Amino acid sequence: MDAETAKPEVLKHAQEFRVPPVLTRKLKEKAVEWLLMMTALASVAVTIGIVGVLSYESFLFFQQVSLIDFLTDREWTPLFSEPHYGILPLVSGTVVTTAVALVVAIPAGSVVAIYLSEYASRALREAVKPALELLSAVPTVVYGYFALLFVTPALQRIWPDLPGFNMLSAGFVIGIMIVPYVSSVSEDAMRAVPLALREGAYALGATRMQTALRVVFPSALSGIAAAYVLGVSRAIGETMVVAIAAGMQPTLTWNPLEPAATMTAYIVQVSLGDLPHGSIGYRTIFATGLTLLLMTFIFNLAGHVLRKRYRQAY
Amino acid sequence: MSLENAIAKPTSCGPDRRRLARRKRVDVLFARAGFLVTLTVLSVLLALIGQLAVEGAGRLSWQFLTSFPSRFAAQAGILSAWIGTLLVMLLTALVAVPLGLGAAVYLEEYAPKNRLTTLIDINIANLAGVPSIVYGLMALALFVYEFRLGQSFLTAGLTLALLVLPMIIIAAREAIRAVPPHIREAAYALGATKWQTVQDHVLPCSMGGIMTGLILALSRAVGETAPLITVGALSFIAFLPHPPWQSDFPFISFQWMFDPFTVMPIQMFNWVSRPQEEFHVNAAAAGLVLLFMTLAMNALAIAVRARFRKRIRW
Repeated sequence: MDAETAKPEVLKHAQEFRVPPVLTRKLKEKAVEWLLMMTALASVAVTIGIVGVLSYESFLFFQQVSLIDFLTDREWTPLFSEPHYGILPLVSGTVVTTAVALVVAIPAGSVVAIYLSEYASRALREAVKPALELLSAVPTVVYGYFALLFVTPALQRIWPDLPGFNMLSAGFVIGIMIVPYVSSVSEDAMRAVPLALREGAYALGATRMQTALRVVFPSALSGIAAAYVLGVSRAIGETMVVAIAAGMQPTLTWNPLEPAATMTAYIVQVSLGDLPHGSIGYRTIFATGLTLLLMTFIFNLAGHVLRKRYRQAY
Repeated sequence: MSLENAIAKPTSCGPDRRRLARRKRVDVLFARAGFLVTLTVLSVLLALIGQLAVEGAGRLSWQFLTSFPSRFAAQAGILSAWIGTLLVMLLTALVAVPLGLGAAVYLEEYAPKNRLTTLIDINIANLAGVPSIVYGLMALALFVYEFRLGQSFLTAGLTLALLVLPMIIIAAREAIRAVPPHIREAAYALGATKWQTVQDHVLPCSMGGIMTGLILALSRAVGETAPLITVGALSFIAFLPHPPWQSDFPFISFQWMFDPFTVMPIQMFNWVSRPQEEFHVNAAAAGLVLLFMTLAMNALAIAVRARFRKRIRW
């Protein structure tokens, strides 16, 4: 007691109230770490939000519409007085536009990837890659404009009967749109193929083309497959191009020369009108969205599995 | 046939030579074809820009930039659209940048290797593959109806923020991972805490990559249309949002966040989907402005990347 009081007044208080600096530092460190973890968990919350909302609204939808009808009915007319809730016409629209897109994107993307990875000089590659990136930076609504007012009129010169809205031009433009995506992932996969394999092929007298097609391409196949699969998932989820250029009429058709609505275009169409919150029409877009999410999820999953495999190969 | 004989008597020399020459010709042809395909894909970008410029350049004027949309194509403009885009981007950046950076820092510098981290990891990869329109559906149910934010700037900003969050996290993580460990070790050796190391060394060192990722993510958000249609963007807004200031204390006002919104791509979509030619001209002009915005942001990102790449020598 005596020793304590003997100390100068100021020093005593200082010692009493000063929290040791190590402790504040530790507290601050902990607080920062906790805060950062919260931000990381935010992304999990987004997923929970997406899955939760789609499941909940779809659950309410399927209380009114049977799952069997949803999957087998051949008409999608939820807003008519005699409604039909068959998702097939929307799925067929999505499948056709995606197929057209792939017919464009897979050959073009692969050839571009092979060219950039095996043939192009460093300088050319450095110039072409940013240009390709720009291609994927163009807003999709601009691509929609291009499909409707440039590609469709151009195609109409070949097929004069082609309707103003058709899945061919929409699919074609989506295909061009995903070329950079396909080519960059495939190119990465091909560049990951060890140089020794190429040198082995050259030593046996193979030309660059033979090396590229028979050695590098097969070795990088799982990575290239991943690029294709991820491209599919992109094409399925693409919205504005189809909403603008492919028409909004749900039709069960496999002919790309016809207009038809995709799942994404239907969601846009409903959102443009104003359906009362909580009505069955409002819920159809969530059921459609859930179907869309499941389809892309399957392809994304396959893509990631494939990509992992090629990364481990060497 | 012994090896000696094969060397001694090059009988099939003539045909082999010819075959070799043919293979080389095919190789050259293949190289040219690859170059041509690459050029063709890139020429689509030129065609697209050309089409927009030919159709829309004549419409670009001061009047176009400073007028509200109108029933008369010749008087219509994009004032509310480009102001809307700027404001939505501001909100998107305010939400997405701290969340994305925080998550990236946590995952790269702090996260222990456990199940939770793996879960967050997989979750982010999956979120990046979710179609944008699905984010719109979630925002419609959660932000518009559940949280009662309405069809407002705030809803739009939040929606796009969540949409680009995975992109930002992935880009920032890559940039942070590229900082060599000896930078961190040097900081620790001087007694710095983890957060001090991150804040004073890791983040400044990775700023180039982070900025590039942020700009690219925001440029993607500028062009996004589908999720904003889903949450209910209006395409006919003939007034400006409330100003962010007010005459009495505290002088700043957040009223604008709750105003109805429109953005550039929505305005363009509205004009494209009208049947009249004159509105298509407006759409092309709006497309030019939009394309200029996104391409300028991409060019900026490329410049930032190049600049930082040159400056950093580990």
